[in-house]
Amino acid sequence: MSNTIEAKTHDDHGEDTWELAGRTLRSRLIVGTGKYADEAETRACLAASGAEIVTVALRRVDLKAKDNLLGWIDRDRYTLLPNTAGCYTADDAIRTLRLARELGIADLVKLEVIGDPKTLLPDNEQTLAAAKILVDEGFTVLPYCTDDPIVCRKLQELGCAAVMPLAAPIGSGLGIRNPHNLALIIEQSTIPVIVDAGVGTASDAAVAMELGCAGVLMNTAIAQATRPVQMADAMRLGIIAGRKAFLAGRMPRRMHAHASSPTIGLIE
Amino acid sequence: MPTIVLNGEPRPTSEGQSVADLLRELGLDARQVAVERNRDVVPRAEHGQTVLADGDQLEVVTFVGGG
Repeated sequence: MSNTIEAKTHDDHGEDTWELAGRTLRSRLIVGTGKYADEAETRACLAASGAEIVTVALRRVDLKAKDNLLGWIDRDRYTLLPNTAGCYTADDAIRTLRLARELGIADLVKLEVIGDPKTLLPDNEQTLAAAKILVDEGFTVLPYCTDDPIVCRKLQELGCAAVMPLAAPIGSGLGIRNPHNLALIIEQSTIPVIVDAGVGTASDAAVAMELGCAGVLMNTAIAQATRPVQMADAMRLGIIAGRKAFLAGRMPRRMHAHASSPTIGLIE
Repeated sequence: MPTIVLNGEPRPTSEGQSVADLLRELGLDARQVAVERNRDVVPRAEHGQTVLADGDQLEVVTFVGGG
């Protein structure tokens, strides 16, 4: 009997895959490729994370650079997700993604329009404007946005393939600042909710997954860990643990203690 | 001699030079870059027939590590 129960823990819900814009994915961790010491460290971290989608940025070519990311990254293994990091207007973001599309990448794009260099918080107005145009142009848009249920609802209505609310500012490592807002967004969304930015360590990733997110996108938490490859592995496990806990259904929170051992039959 | 602006820097170019010629001169693999000329994307299939003109603003970009 107990063997049957143990065997079932993995399989109660079938294989735990998820769908993103028609793709079936096994990994719920999306990772960035920035801030690593070198190509070797990037490769090792991507492998340890188990990610199937990785973000990249678009920049002017460096004529002195020996290696090009497109020259070494295994595109059969990783789907590239071009971002619009550094864009402060809808026009800049659209221009960037039109160029990214020319690089022969699928239409999946991460739209981020920043409103302020100090906080790097999203400009939701510009993000909504850009999302509308990009969806019309046939892009599959994954927008980074604030953890605002109204903005997320509007992005969904515009035809975005997912919404990617922040946990905390980019690169801050502050963790899930407003779990209640994320819960509201998850409750209302019919598209995947991916927490993007602000995760600092594996428990943050687990919390996001326990809330019911479809996935988590991170970069700095891995790249700036003391041992990035170990952290990439920890994040992979944190995502899995949080997801399993979500599926398992946590116990209710109680105000007072509730004994785990029988209260009758005590020796006297 | 016609002069273009390549990624923000002035660059002399020869009469009749195409985008494809320029990429070759720069030692770039056309499959690993995207080109924008005067704010319009130049599709890869048109690199050969797109001739650079004096004052053209070119952006030649690629993917780099990023979040």
